[in-house]
Amino acid sequence: MSKEKVGVYVCHCGTNIAGTVDVSDVATWAGENNDNVAVARDYKFMCSSLGQELIEEDIKEQGLTRVVVAACSPHMHEKTFRGACERAGLNSYLFEMANIREHDSWATTNKEAATQKAKALVNAAVDRVVQQSPLEPIPVDINPNTLIVGGGIAGITAALELADAGNHVILVEREPSIGGHMAQLDKTFPTLDCSACILTPKMFDAGNHDNITLLSYSEVESVDGYIGNFTVNIRKKAKSVDEELCTGCGICEEKCPIRVVDDVFEAGLGYRKVCYRPFPQAVPKFPVIDRENCTYFRTGKCRLCETSCPTNAIKFDQEDETLQLTVGNIILATGYDLFDARRIPQYGFGRYENIFSSLEFERMVNAAGPTSGKIVLRDGVTTPESVAIVHCVGSRDKNYNEYCSKVCCMYSLKFAHLVHERLPDAECYNFYIDMRTPGKGYEEFYHRLLEEGTHFIRGRVANVTDAALNDNEVNKLIVQAEDTLIGTQRRIPVDMVILSSGVESRHDAKEVTQLFKMGCDFDGFFIERHPKLDPIATMTEGIFIAGACQGPKDIPDSVAQGAAAAARVAGLIQRGTVMMEPVRAHIDQEKCSGCRICNNMCPYNAIVFHEDRNVSEVVTALCQGCGTCVAACPSGIISGAHFTNDQVFSEIEGILWDVSPEKVLA
Amino acid sequence: MSEQFEPVIVGFLCNWCSYRAADLAGTARIKYAPNMRSIRVMCSGRVDPQFVLKALRQGADGVLIAGCHPGECHYVNGNIKAIRRFILLKKMLRQLGVEEQRIQLVWASASEGIILASKVDEMTEQIRALGPLNWNKTVLGSGNGHHDEIAEPMVEEVLNV
Repeated sequence: MSKEKVGVYVCHCGTNIAGTVDVSDVATWAGENNDNVAVARDYKFMCSSLGQELIEEDIKEQGLTRVVVAACSPHMHEKTFRGACERAGLNSYLFEMANIREHDSWATTNKEAATQKAKALVNAAVDRVVQQSPLEPIPVDINPNTLIVGGGIAGITAALELADAGNHVILVEREPSIGGHMAQLDKTFPTLDCSACILTPKMFDAGNHDNITLLSYSEVESVDGYIGNFTVNIRKKAKSVDEELCTGCGICEEKCPIRVVDDVFEAGLGYRKVCYRPFPQAVPKFPVIDRENCTYFRTGKCRLCETSCPTNAIKFDQEDETLQLTVGNIILATGYDLFDARRIPQYGFGRYENIFSSLEFERMVNAAGPTSGKIVLRDGVTTPESVAIVHCVGSRDKNYNEYCSKVCCMYSLKFAHLVHERLPDAECYNFYIDMRTPGKGYEEFYHRLLEEGTHFIRGRVANVTDAALNDNEVNKLIVQAEDTLIGTQRRIPVDMVILSSGVESRHDAKEVTQLFKMGCDFDGFFIERHPKLDPIATMTEGIFIAGACQGPKDIPDSVAQGAAAAARVAGLIQRGTVMMEPVRAHIDQEKCSGCRICNNMCPYNAIVFHEDRNVSEVVTALCQGCGTCVAACPSGIISGAHFTNDQVFSEIEGILWDVSPEKVLA
Repeated sequence: MSEQFEPVIVGFLCNWCSYRAADLAGTARIKYAPNMRSIRVMCSGRVDPQFVLKALRQGADGVLIAGCHPGECHYVNGNIKAIRRFILLKKMLRQLGVEEQRIQLVWASASEGIILASKVDEMTEQIRALGPLNWNKTVLGSGNGHHDEIAEPMVEEVLNV
């Protein structure tokens, strides 16, 4: 191969790289030791416009045929430098990056080793880039429909934003109604807005929007395809109600004779019918029949709902339906689960009846809840004279979740306020580790509570017990904690304990990530593309995330992220096409032996076999460029663009430039 | 003080999980052995056994393959193909006299910088204990008292990619 003229640019990144790697040594070395290198420079910030101009000028004036930038991760700035190459008329796939920051200078303090490693990475990039070929990105059309999974406040916001902008949205919700956790809340902190009052208009809009297809009581079963062209199968569970006929009058629910504990919407504190809508403002308005508990489905008798329905909308023989839809983009807004306080046995939840979970208390203070908003003990009548609120249940605790759940301090303050408001004579104790109130008006709300007379005790609760040590503690729940501000053990006897549980990822978050081919972190929260600069996109193009599925979030944050995800999708729809990396496999039709080994390898069924010619061929539009067929081909005649065998072999040779010759098997 | 042996490990990291795990380890300033030199591949399923053999032939003391956790592959199941090839390759290398610690596989998701970093540390120590991979001595047998005129060219042919 004729000699290439490679330009090598080693970035200092301030002291991020230059503090550990001897950048000028690396540049000089590259210029002297690799025959293909025509220009080798080091520069303070390669990503600056001056740095980029340096590359552009060298391409034009020195006639560079290849460019290598040794700097940060290609995930940071590959696009930047590809742009610089394009501007100077060099095909952007004749550019390669050597990652000497994340993979080198930041990962060690050993300067000598870091410099040696940087030389290896630069040398590998130079040897590789010489083998690279010019490529053109592949344009892909964007289907203008969008799938949104999860009908909580984040999903509803995203759906409305997109629909209002004139785009069609399919909103899928697992439960019979949209609304999510926000629909369960009574008041929202710190403004004390009525949650339902601000949410239900949005729910109504989402349910009645011309551009939104709402699929409640439905779940996504499979997802295929890629950005612009996803094919999604959605299982619409049988509601046993004909939505065409049902008017949502609610007579069936009224007539249904069976009540069961409502673990979902009422958090186990109240009951619902078997033919039910989770709450009166449910959207859509149609009830569903819970077949597991329905007398008709269990014994074949009853049918009260059917006989009472004025429009004959009850259909016991309705079956699950599977809908196949094509969408261009997907927004996941699947929300969170509340930490189950039973997992901390010393807090006694489930053992002592007057210990309540935060969601139970939320339902209790809700005027539409099981106690009509009255704060009472488990017996349903006795008013507590003292209430303890325990913060950080399952959060900031190495045994459960190390992270802070972000919302519990604020909702605990809200609970304290509601106790003062509804029970002016009751004493209220908040046990906290640190008071975390970062948000608009949040700290002010804390100060308001200090004035309202809440007792704040700084200390993690050790346990809750009913074992009385003196007369004051008889028939009480005693909350034990070390008050770390005065350095003593406190025992506070109270009538009611509320455990402020933290936010956890959905129990099935892992399955969801597998379904959508994306990742979740240690805690099960979905991984964003970049923690700072792109908390909305995921590693999979065309799949976005919004709300608490990405990490604990309060309502304003979820709304902001939902709207942001919608804006991103709207941008893609408006553009109409996206350019995809031309990293695709290609089978040499002349040399293919027709063994068909690659056919079954492809996860996208992108390889077709031509019976007549006895050869296999890659359908470029379906190929995603993973390269597994390239690795599998026994004849070695499948090439993976931009990751060819020759390119990787050269990279391997280059990266091992410094091993002693006797170790090399020539 | 005698100089410590510093093994050279070639790491094949998948673009979506493990390369990002290494990025994250760096961003979080997790310090780990500088002995692993990374090569980015789109998927661990792209790691052709030839790549591993090439690296070992070329003088690497070890090869690390890193991919997404099973079930989380960006390309559905490329990592499953990687593990199949890895197991076969390891068997073959064992027969050639290459210690199994020299080729290792780790699953590290994009958030698991710490897992990748500790794997590199662990592997570096293991290979440091084994010493350099010296084909001429250990594999081709000229240095271990065993010299086979028939086997030697055959082994070389297998390795000659």
